[in-house]
Amino acid sequence: MEAKGTVFKYGDNVDTDVIIPARYLNTQDARELAMHAMEDIDADYVKNVKPGDIMVAGWNFGCGSSREHAPLVIKTSGAAVVIAKSFARIFYRNAINIGLPIMECEEAADAIAKGDTVSVNFDTGEIKDETTGQTFQAQPFPEFIQKMIKAGGLMNSIREKQ
Amino acid sequence: MGMTMTQKILAAHADLDSVTAGQLINARLDLVHGNDITTPVAINEFEKAGFSEVFDNKKVSIVLDHFVPNKDIKSAQQSKQCRLFAGKQGVTHFYDVGTMGIEHALLPEQGVVGAGDCVIGADSHTCTYGALGAFSTGVGSTDMAAGMASGYAWFKVPSAIKVVLTGKLNPRVSGKDVILDLIGRIGVDGALYKSLEFVGEGVKELSMDDRFCICNMAIEAGAKNGIFPVDEKTIAYMEGRTERPYTVYEADADAEYEQVIEMNLSELVPTVAYPHLPENTHPAADGKNIKIDQIVIGSCTNGRMEDMEAAYEILKGKKIAPWVRGIIIPATMEVFKECIKRGYATAFIDSGCIISTPTCGPCLGGYMGILAEEERCVSTTNRNFVGRMGHVKSEVYLASPATAAASALTGYITDPRTIKEEN
Repeated sequence: MEAKGTVFKYGDNVDTDVIIPARYLNTQDARELAMHAMEDIDADYVKNVKPGDIMVAGWNFGCGSSREHAPLVIKTSGAAVVIAKSFARIFYRNAINIGLPIMECEEAADAIAKGDTVSVNFDTGEIKDETTGQTFQAQPFPEFIQKMIKAGGLMNSIREKQ
Repeated sequence: MGMTMTQKILAAHADLDSVTAGQLINARLDLVHGNDITTPVAINEFEKAGFSEVFDNKKVSIVLDHFVPNKDIKSAQQSKQCRLFAGKQGVTHFYDVGTMGIEHALLPEQGVVGAGDCVIGADSHTCTYGALGAFSTGVGSTDMAAGMASGYAWFKVPSAIKVVLTGKLNPRVSGKDVILDLIGRIGVDGALYKSLEFVGEGVKELSMDDRFCICNMAIEAGAKNGIFPVDEKTIAYMEGRTERPYTVYEADADAEYEQVIEMNLSELVPTVAYPHLPENTHPAADGKNIKIDQIVIGSCTNGRMEDMEAAYEILKGKKIAPWVRGIIIPATMEVFKECIKRGYATAFIDSGCIISTPTCGPCLGGYMGILAEEERCVSTTNRNFVGRMGHVKSEVYLASPATAAASALTGYITDPRTIKEEN
């Protein structure tokens, strides 16, 4: 599986309150929620994001609340993957559970600039900045998690067991 | 090799003799919890996957607390979905208006959680129950759905940071100042994926309400869980409350810790986390030029009886600054009733504050105290992110109930030790 798109770049500690402000959490409608994705730190994100685009950020992406609406709005907004230096633990679980690809790669997060065109290969973990020609290698997922992703997420994997 | 307290609880719930940090396990759950924001998403996942019955209707809890009493039609729809599901499944720990409280104050108070439990909750502050000596951690809605279906959850066994407490808190310094100081020292990802295990002579000096507050904000350092050893105070708290038998686990003497942090409680001062991260801490005394518009005393962090008492001692017989809006929210109906019984409610109203029924409302910018552009709030809640309490250009300063009450009186951030008590 591959993705290629334009980069939206953010800093450290991007929290779930800016990914999707709680004032909108009176609904579960993913498309309605996605209209407000990132709006408190980047009001233009929703206007400019196209399917396949790529979010790049620093340390501790997705810190704060356990709201699963956070990875869901990123996915629904069209972003194909989030590349960060590290992820907050609940966000990490939630992203895998709902099927939003995430990749941990400090070097890529440092080197890639806003607006660059980047391609990623989810199977090999290779990240390529097409604008600069640089390539990076993301941390692979533990085997247990790879299996869960292949089974189609958490609910399908426990369904299989029962 | 020895195990930490968290590792021992996880090993027991995975039916293993021992576990080591990094190991992936499947652990049996004593409680699967959700609220009115996260449960509807979990119900959809649960039903979509074709499940029809929860694994044990006594081990699922649903508390309507975020936008309850409902603030609008959409939130009413979400509550209704939870109510119908709880009814259909016969969920015994379902709390609606009248019995509800803020989830992480309510479940320990009602004895739904106890020492040695393994708990997941679709709310990040589920880590609060570590104060009782339980392993308890926040997850998302799909994990809640899987937990409700199977009674199990997968975990990567965490490594731990040992926080050794010595000394004793000075008057008007509380658990909130302990956890803010710690987050200020290690940062918002200082304990990422790890357990924060609190030990040492200082533990016995901390009340249960202090311990709940400290574990509650473990997530604000990125931790998987926070946990306290079980002592006489824990047992006294659980007596007559916990409905299931509890189990006391202790860390092995040779348990391994990634880091050891020493904290002398006697040296701590009233502390405030400035916008926009909980790690941005300063002594309250340094904030005296920061003018404020609102204070909030409440939440799963600081809405318990001792928090109300701390606010009362400062507010009684005085008036808050005319430009400040004072919002006090007891976290449960029991706390609310006790505030009425002890005369705190009258004192709060006489001071110019309002009292609300339990709700998470203002903490996450839901309702009941939203901030306008460029307004500032001293709040006893747990997050001060951009836009957390309202307008993107509003500011939240996190502090203890004593500091929030003192700041309400002067209208500026104020060290509560400078306020004299009225008799």
